[in-house]
Amino acid sequence: MSTAAAKRARPKYLHLSAILFEIRLPVPGFVSILHRVSGALLFFPLTAWLLYLLDTSLASEQGFARVHDYLRMPIVKLGLIVFVWAYAHHFCAGIRFLLLDLNKGIELAPARRSAGAVLVVSLLLTAYFAWRIW
Amino acid sequence: MVTPRRIVVGAHYGLGSWLAQRITAVIMALYSLILLVGFMTGRPNGYGDWKELFQHGWMRVATLLFAVSLAWHAWVGVRDIVMDYVKRDGLRLGLQVVTILVLAGYLGWTVQVLWR
Repeated sequence: MSTAAAKRARPKYLHLSAILFEIRLPVPGFVSILHRVSGALLFFPLTAWLLYLLDTSLASEQGFARVHDYLRMPIVKLGLIVFVWAYAHHFCAGIRFLLLDLNKGIELAPARRSAGAVLVVSLLLTAYFAWRIW
Repeated sequence: MVTPRRIVVGAHYGLGSWLAQRITAVIMALYSLILLVGFMTGRPNGYGDWKELFQHGWMRVATLLFAVSLAWHAWVGVRDIVMDYVKRDGLRLGLQVVTILVLAGYLGWTVQVLWR
């Protein structure tokens, strides 16, 4: 390292403004952490919830009717929308990771574009689903 | 390239898990897409249709295959999360045991629902 660079004043700590506005996770980073978040949500509680719904709806005619009514409640629809987002995001991001593993689109620009596409496509799918059930 | 003089990473468990996670992902993706197309072309109407769908042998086996894939996939994924964020050995081990129990519970529950 040159002495000029060594002597240049450096920030000793990060300003709040830097943390809030200047240092940002790149788009692929968002896709990655949301892949984790959606995966964790799917593991628990979403799988347990859907298994319960499958169990009840298959058990008997009355159970089916109960699930049918239950799924019409706004708060339950909200839960379904969360599930669809988590599934769609995990699905799309997963396909992207599989392609990256096969060395497809690993340059910076296409990787950023595909990350943006994952976010947008999964949100659009979720919006379409929300529109259909409401 | 440097030739390693000794193998320091056991029996390549990491590679096995990595590959298993990807294969199970493809299985679940195919099941999801087939189910989605099926529901969009002919939506099951009422309890009769719904029950009949899960009485077909192929549907039961495909769903079981999905459930096994999910359990395996989630085990690798949740273990990765726990290994990354939980530094205390005892707590990490405890969480991993809980994860295995939950996933085994899901599997047992699925079998119970499918073969009733």
